[in-house]
Amino acid sequence: MKDENIDRRDFLKRSVQAGTAVAAAGGLGFWLSSRSGHPGREASASLVRNYSVEAGNDLPQMVVASGGDPAALATAAMNALGGMQKFVSRGDVVVLKPNIGWDRVPQQAANTNPDLVKAIALMCFEAGAKKVVVTDVSCNDPRRCFLRSGIAGAAESVGATVLLPEERRFRDYRINGELLSVWPIYTPIIETDKIINVPIVKHHNLSRVTMGMKNWYGMLGGRRNQLHQNIEVGITDLATFMRPTLTILDAYRVLTANGPQGGNLNDVKLMKTVVAGVDPVAIDAYGATFLGLKAEQVPYIMMGHERGLGNRNYSELQVKYVSID
Amino acid sequence: MSASTDPATGINPACPGLFKPRKPRFWLRWLRRISQVVFLGLFFFLLFQTEFRGTFTRGATEAIRLDYPVSIFLEMDPLVAFSTALATHAIYGKVIWALVIIAGTILVGRFFCGWVCPLGTLNHFFSSYKPERKGMKRIGSNHYKRWMSTKYYLLFALIAMSVFTSLQTGILDPIPFLVRSLSTSVLPALSFGMRSAFDFLYGTNIGALQWAADAGYGVFGSNILSFKPQYYHFGFLIGVLFVGVTVLNRFITRFWCRGVCPLGALMGLLSRFSIYGMEKDHSKCDDCNRCLLHCQGACDPQGKVPWRQAECHLCFNCEVACPEDVIRFKFFPRTEAINVLPDLRRRRAFESVAAGVVLLPVVRASTGLAKDYNAGVIRPPGSLEEPEFLARCIRCGECMKVCPTNAIHPALLESGIEGLWTPMLKMRVGYCEYSCVLCSQVCPTGAIWKLTEAEKLGTVEEGGKVPAKKKSGPVKIGTAFYDQGRCLPWAMATPCIVCEEFCPTSPKAIWVQAENVPRRDGSMVAVQRPRVDVDRCVGCGICENVCPVQDRPAVYVTNIGETRSRSNQIRLESGAYR
Repeated sequence: MKDENIDRRDFLKRSVQAGTAVAAAGGLGFWLSSRSGHPGREASASLVRNYSVEAGNDLPQMVVASGGDPAALATAAMNALGGMQKFVSRGDVVVLKPNIGWDRVPQQAANTNPDLVKAIALMCFEAGAKKVVVTDVSCNDPRRCFLRSGIAGAAESVGATVLLPEERRFRDYRINGELLSVWPIYTPIIETDKIINVPIVKHHNLSRVTMGMKNWYGMLGGRRNQLHQNIEVGITDLATFMRPTLTILDAYRVLTANGPQGGNLNDVKLMKTVVAGVDPVAIDAYGATFLGLKAEQVPYIMMGHERGLGNRNYSELQVKYVSID
Repeated sequence: MSASTDPATGINPACPGLFKPRKPRFWLRWLRRISQVVFLGLFFFLLFQTEFRGTFTRGATEAIRLDYPVSIFLEMDPLVAFSTALATHAIYGKVIWALVIIAGTILVGRFFCGWVCPLGTLNHFFSSYKPERKGMKRIGSNHYKRWMSTKYYLLFALIAMSVFTSLQTGILDPIPFLVRSLSTSVLPALSFGMRSAFDFLYGTNIGALQWAADAGYGVFGSNILSFKPQYYHFGFLIGVLFVGVTVLNRFITRFWCRGVCPLGALMGLLSRFSIYGMEKDHSKCDDCNRCLLHCQGACDPQGKVPWRQAECHLCFNCEVACPEDVIRFKFFPRTEAINVLPDLRRRRAFESVAAGVVLLPVVRASTGLAKDYNAGVIRPPGSLEEPEFLARCIRCGECMKVCPTNAIHPALLESGIEGLWTPMLKMRVGYCEYSCVLCSQVCPTGAIWKLTEAEKLGTVEEGGKVPAKKKSGPVKIGTAFYDQGRCLPWAMATPCIVCEEFCPTSPKAIWVQAENVPRRDGSMVAVQRPRVDVDRCVGCGICENVCPVQDRPAVYVTNIGETRSRSNQIRLESGAYR
């Protein structure tokens, strides 16, 4: 008869193996069990994004330049504001945030004028900017919007970095507004030294007119389509969160109807104006006049004023009017 | 007999001029391999280019087109040419290029299968890479088997259906099969996996890993990775079929090519009068079966039996493998010892044609096409009227791949069994970009007739080449409707009109009416309630796409009013019978 007992060494070895496996399974199980919680979203810390700079009291807070082509208007406006070097320092990363929302060509005036964007990018480089980023989160297919708006081509021609929106570059941020709490934001717009808002003024059926404050919709991802349900507070919340270095409003061609997309050249009025300045509320208040509206008729301008984001009575500011021909 | 060869000259006095001793023509096999790699590379390059990636070097007002003739493999496909010609009595656009392959096949046989076909090359690779069967088992399985004639009967049935205007060849035609499988399943899946990996790296917020993620996007962003993640309606089934076809190679060398491929079958028939082929000196053969071990087409290269011309892929493996110089390919081979016709049985052939002929009325007698057409099947802009469309669509998926918004999907049974994998728009996934015409540009067969932007938008007086009816006005693919019970301004006293903001026509097809409506507490709120102007709406579906009522949108598009149809109209003025 064979000895059916295993030897001691084998017994100990196998016991330890089995015991370790049970202990590991148990440990892992209890550790995972202790981690269990309702899955939630983590958001980055809340922070008002303030990119403004002190330009000095002797300079105007707003400049209205009119009469020339977009590049000349931008140059004239910035010269009157004290020059781009007042706002952009050597080595800065500067984001230009035009409106590149729609698959439309420049003549249709649904997107910011490409020559204006190009001129601003050039001025930033001349002021010593290390990098100029041009980007937006479009409504239509971004590839088409960036191309057909002419903005991508114009910006790249002077060495600016054009960024198409990518899903992975969105992060949840606490906006901590009255209405908007946590929203995915396109990080290249946030992670910068300076940001220049370059909106276009045009008709918008729900908010009546879209300009600078509304242009911040273009940094959001997620369910943007819900924002219309309380558009005025949403716009004001975003303008509270984002304080740009500068706002340069394109009123070269103004879409007066069928906005914000337009499509019919008969709805486009040639106004040949650029409004630049440091007060986003004042600029929107002035911009509304291109569509024959007063600030009182545009609730988000009133809300922005009440929250202290700027002064809707632009005539109380130092405003300089420049005419070039 | 080899003993009778003059050892000094190497000439067999019985057959002067034949069977001179020579070095094996390794270069022929290398040439074939190079050709396979080049064509497979070209195929993938063109597939990757079937997407507008935004080259900003163009002018803003220049029309957006693709940089390369991305559909050329489909257009060169003889089965596409043959079946669409039978179904429509015409050859569309660049499909005339198929003549190059047809003429070549008539002259030298199925070179396409062994040298060009990208699916053939993939099958070749998967058959050779660590196969299940080796040695004697592989030799046994490489003998010609009767089941391999299945492809001919499939071809006959498909061709019979084509004659009666139902084009089903694309389901099994290897080029559409491959383009469809890669576009709607394999590449999106690959893309999904790579994105997940890169985004995980990016999300770590560690500099080096983020750099690696950016590098990954940089390297693969212009080929495998689409601009956005793509999703396709039941793409899973298409992917499973493709994986099945590749895995079968492990058990039977080039299973698809030998037994299923209707294009291979067509080429087998076309090679009937080929002037190039194999000559075998059976007397020299010592039955080592090395030729069989490496055979791709199962064309019986071994000794004692005639070579099957219709099965041979011209891979030249047998000639190179033969140690006794039995096999050689040459022009004008003697045909006595060649089986120039496929292994066909008259009765089977008749039955398969009959099956195709009978199947069609059975299918058409079901609801779906003539009656009770599915309201949700929205065809891409420029699509022909449904019967014409079904006579042309080869389900290749080019339109689905190129659509910038991922709107176009392969139908499963939505448009009937006949419309399997034909394109339809799903507005919850994408929408029809107002001034985009890329799907019509890549369609190889004209199922989606080529449109210019002006034709699509109706900015020209005459519809140009729009075939159905030359009328001005935009191309409509459907009409939007409101579900007022779900719409915020209509049912919930809440402002919204995102649909109106996105409506691309000018003036907008969606118009609004300002109203003061009560809330539950009795207070009044000002809303704008949207309505659709059916004469302006083009059915692009962007309203449905952006509606905040995400699960079942409060505004949705059905295909009524589509330009292509004479009968599927609401309004007397826009119908064809006005």
